[in-house]
Amino acid sequence: MTIQEKQDEIIDDFSVFSDWMDKYEYIVQLGKELPLIDERYKTDDHLIRGCQSRVWLHADYKDGLIHFTADSDAVITKGLISMVIRVLSGHTPREIMDAEIYFVDAIGLTSHLSPTRSNGLLSMLKQIKAYALALHVQKNSGAAT
Amino acid sequence: MTQQLRTDEIRKDFPLLDTTVYGRKLVYLDNAATTQKPLQVLQTIEDYYKRYNSNVHRGVHYLSQEATEAYEAARKTVAAYLNARHTHEIIFTRGTTESINLVAATFGKSRLQQGDSIVISAMEHHSNIVPWQMVCEEKGATLKVIPMDHSGVLQLERLPELLDDTVKLLAITYVSNSLGTVNPIREIIAQAHAQDIPVLLDAAQAVQHMPVDVQELDVDFLAFSGHKIYGPTGIGVLYGKEKYLDSMPPWQGGGDMIKTVTFEKTVYNELPYKFEAGTPDMAGAIGLAAALDYVAGIGLVSIQQAEHELLQYAISMLAEFEGIRFIGTAPHRSGAVSFLLDGMHPFDTGELLDKQGIAVRTGHHCTQPVMDFFGIPGTVRASFAFYNTKDEIDMLAAGLKKAIAVLR
Repeated sequence: MTIQEKQDEIIDDFSVFSDWMDKYEYIVQLGKELPLIDERYKTDDHLIRGCQSRVWLHADYKDGLIHFTADSDAVITKGLISMVIRVLSGHTPREIMDAEIYFVDAIGLTSHLSPTRSNGLLSMLKQIKAYALALHVQKNSGAAT
Repeated sequence: MTQQLRTDEIRKDFPLLDTTVYGRKLVYLDNAATTQKPLQVLQTIEDYYKRYNSNVHRGVHYLSQEATEAYEAARKTVAAYLNARHTHEIIFTRGTTESINLVAATFGKSRLQQGDSIVISAMEHHSNIVPWQMVCEEKGATLKVIPMDHSGVLQLERLPELLDDTVKLLAITYVSNSLGTVNPIREIIAQAHAQDIPVLLDAAQAVQHMPVDVQELDVDFLAFSGHKIYGPTGIGVLYGKEKYLDSMPPWQGGGDMIKTVTFEKTVYNELPYKFEAGTPDMAGAIGLAAALDYVAGIGLVSIQQAEHELLQYAISMLAEFEGIRFIGTAPHRSGAVSFLLDGMHPFDTGELLDKQGIAVRTGHHCTQPVMDFFGIPGTVRASFAFYNTKDEIDMLAAGLKKAIAVLR
């Protein structure tokens, strides 16, 4: 599935909920599906700044594709990362760099998340794109030598 | 005699309390962060801008005189509220933070020398830590901390050893914003004064909850914020004893704080203007006076009693929850209750309460050392004002039950 298709799928999943508490319940459920970061990467180097809760993120690069693992000490946050990772994991650095993330807005999360939470989500996306950019540069300079 | 407050009548004075959020009735339990404003304050500010807005202390014209009179009357109201000996002992600032910074930058800088120290407590707000750290660093002085125990009570038995002859000031909070602890301030002041050490009291969480009389307390400096006592944002107060304020150098330079200026020499104005450079927040000061009049009209003793009942009720309701941990269990508390629920991040709890229309505060409450002491990332804090009701605390409990169902 493309990044776009995965986003549309999430938007579709959320369309059945009208009550916010139900949406959160679903987000918490999604958090349980998060590919967990290896304990040895739960270090300050892997912490994302700008979150009120702690979020660790790790990127693995294999066969041209990036796979993310993560964790958080807050379960709603965990659910949010889970969705972001579901959308962006398993894609090339280029695809991730170029991805336009619209599902967060579309399911109404940006307007309902507290500002600190949506800032955290932005920091998370920024960090993911930074990983992709770094790997993209690494790959291209590697190819040149 | 105290009277039972007519909360239903009082709430009509606070238009914001009628708000709905996410289609639900707002339950506002974040009063330690800021309080809502009664119509009496809103109308006073509107009236100021509509009828007599003008710069103070300068103009000969009618409006300027009217504005000056109102601004100086506001100072009198504050002085009366705190029972200050002199009206000129009241300095208008932007808030508690600026008041403390003013003392750190003037009293601190002029009196501190290498090897001296300042004493604070383990439960201070960052505003009563950082300004002292800054001046200590500049002067080569040290910051000493009165420790607390795990119930959030200061270990006063440690105070005598801390109050040695290097100490130039003791700066302490009256009521902890994150734990709700009311400190035994009279005893602390007595011990400090016995060693000739002046005391600055951070009363940001005190003046709205209990009578505070600076002469009776014999405190040397006191700081509070207008917006936490039903007044506007951007205005605050520094009270200082005349003998200290007079001996302190000015802080910011500019208009209003001078008597005469030549390029060779400036003669500073007298108290309180020496510390009020630039055009002051006239509307803020007048609005604050209206807020203090409002509070005095309801009566601090009645307020104290009503809020005590709310706090006790909240504690008893919360204690019913399985896996609840109160952060701060001092026997003498006021205003706020901080807690955590097993397995639930305070941020998650706060977010789900918010979606049910319940406003609480989550996080470290600008007291990171307190959170470090308890080894926690933050707390959920519910804080009360006299306009809150037991029904609202019931809604908090019901909201928590729903949050638990989602999160656990």
